[in-house]
Amino acid sequence: MNPARGSLLGIEHLEAAEIMRILKFARRMNPDKPRTLLKGKRVLLLFYEASTRTRSSFEIAAKSLGAHTVLIQATGSSVEKGESLLDTGYTVRAVGADIIVIRHPNAGAPYVMAQHVDVPVINAGDGLHEHPSQALLDAYTILRNKKSFKGLQVAIVGDIFHSRVARSACHLLSKFGAKIILCGPAELAPEIAATLASGVRVTRHIEDALRGTDVIMLLRVQTERLAGLKIDLAEYIARYQMNPARLKMAKKDAIVMHPGPIIRGLELTSEVADGAQARILEEVRNGVPTRMAILARAIGRMR
Amino acid sequence: MTSSKNNHGSLLIKGGHLIDPAARIDGPMDVLLTSGRVAEIAPSNKIKGAADERLDARGLVVAPGFIDLHVHLREPGQAHKETIATGTAAAAAGGFTSVCTMPNTVPVVDSVEWIEWLRQPERGAVVNVFAIAAATRGSKGVMLSDFRALQTAGAIAVTDDGKPILDDNIMREALVLGGELNFPVVQHAEDTRLTENCSMHAGARSFRLGLRGMTAAAEASIVGRDVQLAMHIPNARLHVAHLSTADALKSVRRGKRAKVRVTCEVTPHHFALTDEDMRDYDSNYKMNPPLRSPSDREAILVAIADGTVDAIATDHAPHAAHEKEMEFERAAFGITGLETALGLAVTRLHREKRIPLSRIVELFTAGPARCFDLRGRGSLARGSVADVTVFDPKKKWTFEAAKSRSKSKNTPFDSWQMTGKVVATVVGGRIVYAG
Repeated sequence: MNPARGSLLGIEHLEAAEIMRILKFARRMNPDKPRTLLKGKRVLLLFYEASTRTRSSFEIAAKSLGAHTVLIQATGSSVEKGESLLDTGYTVRAVGADIIVIRHPNAGAPYVMAQHVDVPVINAGDGLHEHPSQALLDAYTILRNKKSFKGLQVAIVGDIFHSRVARSACHLLSKFGAKIILCGPAELAPEIAATLASGVRVTRHIEDALRGTDVIMLLRVQTERLAGLKIDLAEYIARYQMNPARLKMAKKDAIVMHPGPIIRGLELTSEVADGAQARILEEVRNGVPTRMAILARAIGRMR
Repeated sequence: MTSSKNNHGSLLIKGGHLIDPAARIDGPMDVLLTSGRVAEIAPSNKIKGAADERLDARGLVVAPGFIDLHVHLREPGQAHKETIATGTAAAAAGGFTSVCTMPNTVPVVDSVEWIEWLRQPERGAVVNVFAIAAATRGSKGVMLSDFRALQTAGAIAVTDDGKPILDDNIMREALVLGGELNFPVVQHAEDTRLTENCSMHAGARSFRLGLRGMTAAAEASIVGRDVQLAMHIPNARLHVAHLSTADALKSVRRGKRAKVRVTCEVTPHHFALTDEDMRDYDSNYKMNPPLRSPSDREAILVAIADGTVDAIATDHAPHAAHEKEMEFERAAFGITGLETALGLAVTRLHREKRIPLSRIVELFTAGPARCFDLRGRGSLARGSVADVTVFDPKKKWTFEAAKSRSKSKNTPFDSWQMTGKVVATVVGGRIVYAG
């Protein structure tokens, strides 16, 4: 079965024009001015993995559009009793879900769901694969700070290998002709990452990544996903931590982004996190209108 | 029984083109099977006398019965995936007259009792089933199983397939004892210390999909070690199962050049597909070893053509739908393969790569028979066992998984158009499949 219209499974196969449509619509969305686009609709939030920002943001977005939301978490539900992904999908469909938002530790889980359950499925992060709503809200944030993506240089620093945010960001920025530099140690930023999209290159040197850069995206070292990889955190900090001195290597008007959660003292210092160039909380704020647009699109009301 | 005494239970296969690489025959020949043996091979119309049954093989290739060195029939213990009856029915439909069944069942086939159980008529096998026994007790990799007793009971090789024999000393002991008994040790070559949580080949594709990848090195390092061990053990016999990487092939070549008794098999999916073919997290593309890079596939094609590869084996690995339709990373490894092997070989190897049909037949017959010393099989020389596969090398057809005789339908080849189709499968002189 093909995924239902309105599904958002990833950025890779989304056309640039469709991305712009979502971003433009998101600009018209405002959680402080509730609308009724999703009135009477049921949005099922299926969270198989911990989340603060994405979950609350989707929930507020859905409610701001008049939808009912139901949150199902792996712990405290039948998932814990061994129910399969698809059986959970069939169940929430039977309960009356109009949209399924799913966060899952396994790459591709939303695809499997979308191929078997005939409601729009929104990927809220799947394993190491993609995090499309994050990429869209980051794009939204960039466009509020920079004129356009064209000619923009974006440095993504940190744990690229384990990052669905990085993969989605690369796909999105590449579609609009941005230059993307991935930076980190070989274990976290493998050379193969350059094959992800056109305009992507990999460097080990933070100076190389930052010189002339307009946007710095920092990533957390995902210690919970390292699976045996040995990363010397002290060395990581010495070579890659974003501090005020390094920030000066980038363009004067460069902005600092981070999908969160941030770990102060590891991938960035407090001066940077709280500094004038940081857009970390703005990203969180922008998550709501962006996800309002994503939800409206899911049921064909993004007009 | 009304037939005359001379031709008791006889079958005359007439008008076909016989390809029997072991007997160096590649031409029009009739084949007379009597009492479960090959009674006569002669040019067209030279065989006199009546046979009980005739098979018109005009326009068809007549070959020794195909042998599959690597199938999972799932019994004992996992009859929801496959049974010996359904698995061998699929084998017959795929032209296989003999299959070698893997011991990673529930329980593991590591005892004489289970070898005997596999051979009982109640299992309902329609083709010959040869048992491969576990190399270590419970396939735990700690203590060797009783090779001598297993061999006497009819096991033709040992393996811990599904997992490797990782421990250097255990592998050495297995090769030493196997060498003394002339008993092949079959290795599933995978350094599992390097493949934890991995679900496909490590490359650009796995990075893009966010799936942890198995490196080619995880296979090649084990094959390299095993060949190295075998070099220094008298008469050791090493068989590399489902070989999938260019680097592992290098070790096999090195061993063969050094006159080590090392053989290897490759699967149809590894010569037909690459890691780039997987779409939308379809777990019908998930198997172990995984689909490899295009350059690995190219290396396998070269090795098939140049003689390095000894056999095509399917690694037929049936799984129920609920074990496959789930998160890719959690889905079971393995695909079915018995009914698509010949079609894929003719289409991909013969028609696309111009590998002669006689070489393909060799990889299904004489090659595998030599790997495990299956005497009287793999050739139709007079006196051989009357196992015959008749196929149409030009017939175009479409494989439909829903119509598979296997109990499971987990295949990436559903709806594939292929050339080369089995027309009849003859086991011990009896037609067990007619397509």
